[in-house]
Amino acid sequence: METISILPPELIRMLIAVIIIISFLFLNAIMMGYLERKIAGHVQRRPGPMEVGFHGILQMVVDGVKLLGKELLIPFNVDRTLFRVAPLLSFTPVILPLLVIPFSEKLQARDLSLGLIFIVSMGSVNVMALLVAGWGSNNKYSMFGAMRAVAQSIAFEIPILLSMLAVVLMCNTFSLKEIVGAQQKIWFVVLQPVAFLIYVIAGVAETNRAPFDLPEAESELTAGFHTEYSGMGFSLFFIGEYTNMFIVASVATVLFLGGWHGPNLPYGEYLGVVWFFLKVYFLLFLMIMIRWTYPRVRFDQLLNFAWKYLVPFSFVNILITAVLVKL
Amino acid sequence: MTFYQTIAEGLFFAFILLVILGSILTIRTKILMHTVLGLAVAFLGTAGIYFYLGSMFLTLMQILIYVGAICIVLVFGIMVGYTPTEVADKTLKDWRNKFLAISSAVTAFLLLMACVLKTDWVPALGEMRDFSITHLGEEFLYTFCLAFELISIVLLVAIVGSIILARGGREDEYETIEHLRSAKGNYPNDDAQ
Repeated sequence: METISILPPELIRMLIAVIIIISFLFLNAIMMGYLERKIAGHVQRRPGPMEVGFHGILQMVVDGVKLLGKELLIPFNVDRTLFRVAPLLSFTPVILPLLVIPFSEKLQARDLSLGLIFIVSMGSVNVMALLVAGWGSNNKYSMFGAMRAVAQSIAFEIPILLSMLAVVLMCNTFSLKEIVGAQQKIWFVVLQPVAFLIYVIAGVAETNRAPFDLPEAESELTAGFHTEYSGMGFSLFFIGEYTNMFIVASVATVLFLGGWHGPNLPYGEYLGVVWFFLKVYFLLFLMIMIRWTYPRVRFDQLLNFAWKYLVPFSFVNILITAVLVKL
Repeated sequence: MTFYQTIAEGLFFAFILLVILGSILTIRTKILMHTVLGLAVAFLGTAGIYFYLGSMFLTLMQILIYVGAICIVLVFGIMVGYTPTEVADKTLKDWRNKFLAISSAVTAFLLLMACVLKTDWVPALGEMRDFSITHLGEEFLYTFCLAFELISIVLLVAIVGSIILARGGREDEYETIEHLRSAKGNYPNDDAQ
């Protein structure tokens, strides 16, 4: 006999997970924006935002309200459809990877057996969004930004994939949950230090952050691919960038830093999320410090670095890993 | 039919609609960039159909290879060769190109139809859940070796195509330089020799 259930429990669970993740995205962007400005301030020996709230803690909220209220300017002569679609296109693929990331042993929206490939394929869709934005703006700065973004992401995708593959070879699975499970005794950062280093460098480049922020280099390209965007269009790119950073950091945590593992806590299968977030935000802090410490590289240096150093190193690394795993 | 099945059927037709709309956009638009984006939409729809058929691996590979690699390589070719306002509709007015396009499309369609009609379709043996590296490697290098090699040819074709695209956009300038060279014989570079 057929029973017609209005909403199956699995669907409700996924809906709740998506809502939590999207609200977390905005919270993360606000926190990261504040942290970034505060750290940048202290690195440059100035206090950073101080006026709104205690030590300027509400600054980003105020800025968000301002951006919400701003007019969405559409320049004359742009490709209107592409121009409007691009921010949405850059926002969607950064939500999806968070669905498969295991925040804790039992805090995961969905455990895909191909979780890692899922995250990588969503990342490749993200590049498409930058291209559409750069092309749609009908502006030389935007176009150069977009072209740089593609060249850069093609170059750095290879070392990032190869460093991931080194870990996958050791675990023999693509499921993020099982990869974390395999690090119960020893984190892979100890066994795969080269892969970790390559992943972090290429990860910083993949998220278009300084010293690899060529697609949006202010001094050369105004703001790169999002030069023409104002208000929420710009905000979506902004949130997308910070979420991308969060994804890169959490994949690094899952692959190399043991995910939710840490000293035992009560309700460990849920509260492992504390360790997870500590590790992720430590990596994000590192990325912010890198941005405000090092000068921007030149574009030829960037590509040479990717193709001549990172790719060969990751190939050698994966070769050694394969031999050692097989032995 | 349960609620899940209704959703699944609805999604299936939505994906098919996506493929058809993407293909129409690909053919009908006059702006090259829209052509590639239509292609990307059609690829995403195909990935959705794979997903409906229960093959997560093929879905992700479709997105990774077709949207993430082929479309981006093509877009790159367009960006190098054309400006956003440029409209490239003159190429298909050419009689020879039209003939080549139609004949290759019809041949591909007939070949695919012949394969579809000839194949004795066996229902898949349940869902494959073994995605270990060992298993995938064995499948790729033994069972599906041909498909694996064909992917690299597809990528090669995309790269060659994007180079052709990028060259095509600047053709006018090349012609003028050649024209200058033959007409006057004193093109700046010639003096240096």
